[in-house]
Amino acid sequence: MLAYIVRRLLYALPILLGVNLITFALFFVVNTPDDMARMQLGVKRVTPEAIQKWKAERGYDKPLLLNAEAGGLAVLTETVFFQKSARMFVGDFGRAEDGRDIAREIGNRMGPSLAIALPTFILGLFVTVTFALTLAFFRASAFDFWGVVLCVAMMSISGLFYIIGGQYLISKVWRLVPISGYGGGLEAWRFLILPVLIGVVSGIGSSTRWYRTIFLEEVGKDYVRTARAKGLPETLVFFRHILRNALIPILTGVVVVIPLLFMGSLLTESFFGIPGLGSYTIDAINAQDFAVVRSMVFIGSVLYIVGLILTDISYTLVDPRIRFE
Amino acid sequence: MMGFQIVLLWSDILIWLLVAAGVGLGVLIVRTPPLLSAWRNVGANRVGMASATVLLAFVLIGLLDSLHYRVALEGKPGQKTQYAVEVLSVLDALVTPLRTRNEKTYSEPFATRLYAKETVDVPGQGTVREYPRLKYGGKHLAEREDEVAADAGFTAFRAGVLAFLGWLAVAGIVSGVVGHGEAPGTGWRRIWRGETAFAWDAVLVTLALMLLVAVPLFWLSGQYHVFGTDKVGQDVLYQILKSVRTGLIIGLVTTLVMLPMAVLLGIVAGYYRGWVDDVIQYIYTVLNSIPGVLLIAAAVLMMQVVIDTHPQWFSTAAERADLRLLALCFILGITSWTGLCRLLRGETLKLRELEYIQAAQTFGVSSWRIIIRHILPNLMHIVIIALVMDFSGLVLAEAVLSYVGIGVDPTMTSFGTMINNARMELGREPVVWWSLTAAFAAMFILVLAANLFADAVRDAFDPRAA
Amino acid sequence: MMLTVDRLRLGFAAGKRVLAAVDGISFSIAKGETFALLGESGCGKSVTAQGIMRLLPPAGRVLGGSVSMEGQSLLTLPEADMRAWRGGRMAMIFQEPATSLNPVLTVGQQIGEVLERHLGMTGAAATGRMVELLRQVGIADPERRLNEYPFQFSGGMKQRVMIAIALAGEPELLIADEPTTALDVTVQAQILDLLVRLQAERGMAILLITHDLGVVARMAHRIGVMYAGELVEVASREAFFSQPRHPYTQALFKALPDMSRRGQRLTTIPGQVPSLAAMPAGCRFAERCARVMPVCREQSPVWRDEQSHAVRCHWRDAGVDADAAGGGHEITDLSVSAGKEFLRVADLKVHFPIRKGLLQRTVGHVRAVDGLSLAILPGRTLALVGESGCGKTTVGKALLQLIPPTEGSVLLGGQPLVGLRGARLRSARRHMQMIFQDPFASLNPRLRVGEIIAEGMDALAVVGDARSRRETMAALLTQVGLPEEAIDRYPHEFSGGQRQRIAVARALAVQPSLLICDEPTSALDVSVQAQILNLLKKLQSELGVAYLFITHNFAVVEYLAHDIAVMYLGRIVERGRAEEVLRTPKHPYTQALLSAIPLPRLEGATAVIRLSGETPSPANPPSGCHFHPRCPHAMDVCRSRYPEPVDVTATQRVSCHLLP
Repeated sequence: MLAYIVRRLLYALPILLGVNLITFALFFVVNTPDDMARMQLGVKRVTPEAIQKWKAERGYDKPLLLNAEAGGLAVLTETVFFQKSARMFVGDFGRAEDGRDIAREIGNRMGPSLAIALPTFILGLFVTVTFALTLAFFRASAFDFWGVVLCVAMMSISGLFYIIGGQYLISKVWRLVPISGYGGGLEAWRFLILPVLIGVVSGIGSSTRWYRTIFLEEVGKDYVRTARAKGLPETLVFFRHILRNALIPILTGVVVVIPLLFMGSLLTESFFGIPGLGSYTIDAINAQDFAVVRSMVFIGSVLYIVGLILTDISYTLVDPRIRFE
Repeated sequence: MMGFQIVLLWSDILIWLLVAAGVGLGVLIVRTPPLLSAWRNVGANRVGMASATVLLAFVLIGLLDSLHYRVALEGKPGQKTQYAVEVLSVLDALVTPLRTRNEKTYSEPFATRLYAKETVDVPGQGTVREYPRLKYGGKHLAEREDEVAADAGFTAFRAGVLAFLGWLAVAGIVSGVVGHGEAPGTGWRRIWRGETAFAWDAVLVTLALMLLVAVPLFWLSGQYHVFGTDKVGQDVLYQILKSVRTGLIIGLVTTLVMLPMAVLLGIVAGYYRGWVDDVIQYIYTVLNSIPGVLLIAAAVLMMQVVIDTHPQWFSTAAERADLRLLALCFILGITSWTGLCRLLRGETLKLRELEYIQAAQTFGVSSWRIIIRHILPNLMHIVIIALVMDFSGLVLAEAVLSYVGIGVDPTMTSFGTMINNARMELGREPVVWWSLTAAFAAMFILVLAANLFADAVRDAFDPRAA
Repeated sequence: MMLTVDRLRLGFAAGKRVLAAVDGISFSIAKGETFALLGESGCGKSVTAQGIMRLLPPAGRVLGGSVSMEGQSLLTLPEADMRAWRGGRMAMIFQEPATSLNPVLTVGQQIGEVLERHLGMTGAAATGRMVELLRQVGIADPERRLNEYPFQFSGGMKQRVMIAIALAGEPELLIADEPTTALDVTVQAQILDLLVRLQAERGMAILLITHDLGVVARMAHRIGVMYAGELVEVASREAFFSQPRHPYTQALFKALPDMSRRGQRLTTIPGQVPSLAAMPAGCRFAERCARVMPVCREQSPVWRDEQSHAVRCHWRDAGVDADAAGGGHEITDLSVSAGKEFLRVADLKVHFPIRKGLLQRTVGHVRAVDGLSLAILPGRTLALVGESGCGKTTVGKALLQLIPPTEGSVLLGGQPLVGLRGARLRSARRHMQMIFQDPFASLNPRLRVGEIIAEGMDALAVVGDARSRRETMAALLTQVGLPEEAIDRYPHEFSGGQRQRIAVARALAVQPSLLICDEPTSALDVSVQAQILNLLKKLQSELGVAYLFITHNFAVVEYLAHDIAVMYLGRIVERGRAEEVLRTPKHPYTQALLSAIPLPRLEGATAVIRLSGETPSPANPPSGCHFHPRCPHAMDVCRSRYPEPVDVTATQRVSCHLLP
């Protein structure tokens, strides 16, 4: 068990290195730092000196992978790869275009991101699993049929529509909550309730359908027949037997996203003006702030790998077959 | 006679290749009874066929929009012919009035006047602030501006009658085909009772609905802006039509791009196992571990830099937008092949243990031959299901990406750019709602049809996952 | 009568139609009695059981009739009241113990549920009762095992747990749906003994659903034979086995391979069971019946009842000796001379590494095949017999180099096979082909029969031009008893037996000298099994092909093997000519295996040797003789040293310390 987790952790290292190499290739090999400088400075003002200055300010003037001029270890360390990519492993993300420290900024913005994402996740999971369980319980009935129709319709609607429509109706027409913004303290819920609500609603369609399929797959298994042959009422068959088994595939999809909740949601945050990581990323994309985008890619993959490991651990909690082997 | 030059955009080539592949697949299916029987199940599915009819209409629009040309400019005789910078498509030519009759700015659907007050000189009254008449919308009414409803209603009715007649003609042909060689009227009866193997009833009903909506709409669009106009006065209906092609390309070409890679790597990993499997698994775990949006964002940003720093590569704006669209497809493809690859790997692992594969191995059939003859055909249903299931997701993703600013070229019309341009309008007083509504509605219809069709295909090929 | 089933009709909704799968069957079971419902797959016997418990699958429908237990009509009971009966006064066990238990709940939880539901028992009282139940079904150390999960139990142990669950509600009626079909024969014997003992202790009635005449002979007091949704014969055990009356029952008996039929053709039942959608109006067996008369096709026969032996047949002449009808002529010369060795396997080992820990180091091996030697002679049949997990299938695959052997040599006509690659391996493979167990998985559903057969011919470049190829294929199909048109059809258009014929044709297409048959009939019904066995015999006498027949079924072995090798945990423990091994088995394992087989005769229940436990894991075989933990004669030397093989006769060779 412990060896298993340690092995998963060790396996994460080469993957992170792979991520690092890909981002490095994407940001520094596909385009040279010169290209980036030209782009950032604008085509009109571009002069060789300006490019040199731009690169030097950001530390992009070093060689990419090997610094032949430096001696000793500096052959490897005095390079763009080491300074910009490898140092991310120790949490050094460098500075954004506006000069602020990216690591600190990320730390500040995780809170608001989590404040939206966590309630959305928990509430959404509860709503969709309950809905799916109800549909599976009344399978092959009119309720099930129309429930599935509703799900397909809901998953055919663009996520943007939920946000724009929700904002328009609830904030602008009914004026129930502020249209956007964020405040600390107890007042925060007034800003949070709408994005959370919209986040939950927009996820109902596809998640419910997926969970319903999982439940129905379990319903057809032999052990369910055994449970019925014991004379157990259908509710008990569902809650004690089917739910426990269906949890295993559901966990695969769910646990892995938990760490990613820290990243926030790009759309929700930018629409509602929440100062979280999602809107930070969007702003960086729009401002073509390469350093920030690169950092977010790295953090995102670290969190994903943490999610994978958490998934493995959670398996051992629900599946005795794995726990004892 | 005006000369023109055919323009083959890369995406056009891919689209027509897709059409050719579709036709080829059709021929293959007809010749392979097991495949044919699965597709017959799709054909018998009413919801599936109704949605397929809708999808076909969208595809038709997209195909018409994929034949591009440049008009020759009038030059002096003897001189080398110059062509217009603007690249047009057959669809553009067919709906020229929609494309060219631009107003000054916003106007509501069926409006005869602009949505914003302007200062105009009225002879005899000096300057007045009022809503000016539209240049084109409702022009034929002249002074009878208050008769819009009656005029539009009457026009719609006439068009509706025509649509009905057209539908009758189609239905007559279909019933003739269905009841071929039997007593007259049998075809009708069998369709009416739903006794045909192919769900003709669903197709005909859907067709009737579509004709009853589309024909009057297009008829009216000659006189009015049926969906209004946007900020720069362009007809919203025209934008919707142009968006269809973008959506289709994103939805189809992306899957096409990732398909060979996912299929090849998935099968190879599952069949050979060992270190080959380890390497392929490593690659897709690495790609998978970067959150999709961020990887796309990073790649698109870099692509933008490449495009911006090499303006000399593109002779027209359309070509640049087209290349960016394709690049987006590639990036989406690269980030989305992992799911299918993993699925195929797992399935191949199961298949390779099957006895008919082992039987082939005992004959010494080479590995590649086993993969092509035994494994690939038995994985096709997964590939087809993935193809249709991914389509709707990609169309929706395009809108989000374009909103985030990492989607298609801003000059290219798509549902995403339409929504992006229109979203601030909800903040205006009075609110400008038609652009957004039209874009969302069109996208909803396309995606819903695709989802329902995907369900029908999945049910037919994989009855387990109902 | 405790349970009375009266004109019960059950069906399945298929689209707008409802197809009757069980069509008006009536029977009754008395307290303490075992009633066996016997029939081949698809005859509706399991549906009947599910109908009685009201556990039909979603598409299932009750179309008519009644089921009453102790005077209470079950089919009209509200669902909530029915639940008090289910698991309480009537309980059920199923065929697949592996999937019938909930994998994420402990055994204790799964038994406790029943106690709580039906007896209102919880807490310490329930635990005590559970321990008692587990002890009753023969599970050692029950206190500890209560907290274990199903995956920690072996197949036979899982079935014991299932029985404990069924018993927990103190049922008066136990419905056992093929309770031992998924189990090995030595384990089957244990479970059957257990059921008999429990019935005697509790006076339960048992409704036993099975296809196995041997199990019926061992267990049943009365028997009902089902065919195509109808009961065709109901009789007491004595009457049934001494004088089966219905032509179908008689044919079933004659289709069974047996030592007494060595060298003879088995009687087969031609054709197939009619499909649910196209049931004939007259007797449903008429189309396949050897005694068919014109009246059979017109009207459905009524019951004739004589001295507790009821039969539903128009044919009355029950006195005629059954064997007169079947063809009992000799078709194989069993005294094939032992010629030159064709295939020699020496010290073959196939080990699969077990990887564990941080660096996935190999910490051990699954010794699937662990030092196996055998020789196959041309034109003869060597049967490799063993229970599941003994490595017999791995042997077949290792011979064909589908799995690379870890050690040892395989000589084909003096040529070494191990390590061959490419063209040389291919040309060697031409001499050996394989027929697999599952006729549905062994043919690619996407290829036509012609393409399937041509595959081997193409790969090994057997025949040249297209015309001669088609002729060859047609000849092959005729040889295996299929019409020539089959070439252009797809596998799904054929039944299981026909598919197995196609598989034989595919293997024969490259004219091999050896066919490795891996349980080729275990997925088939008895009547179809007989067809395939006949076919294999016929081909052997015509083509002189040798067979390596891998099986767990001694009846099949008795019928067609010349030589027998018995495998246990990766090694051969005994081998010799068939007569020697079957008549004078020397190894305790062989003796136990043979005595564990339930024989389809009145005097069948004579088994004396009962093995305890189950085959251990090949990853961790017992020290010394692998068999010693289960052996009734185990001595000290057995625990420390693996016995050297001893030649008992010139041909019989046994690895056992008991022998001098």
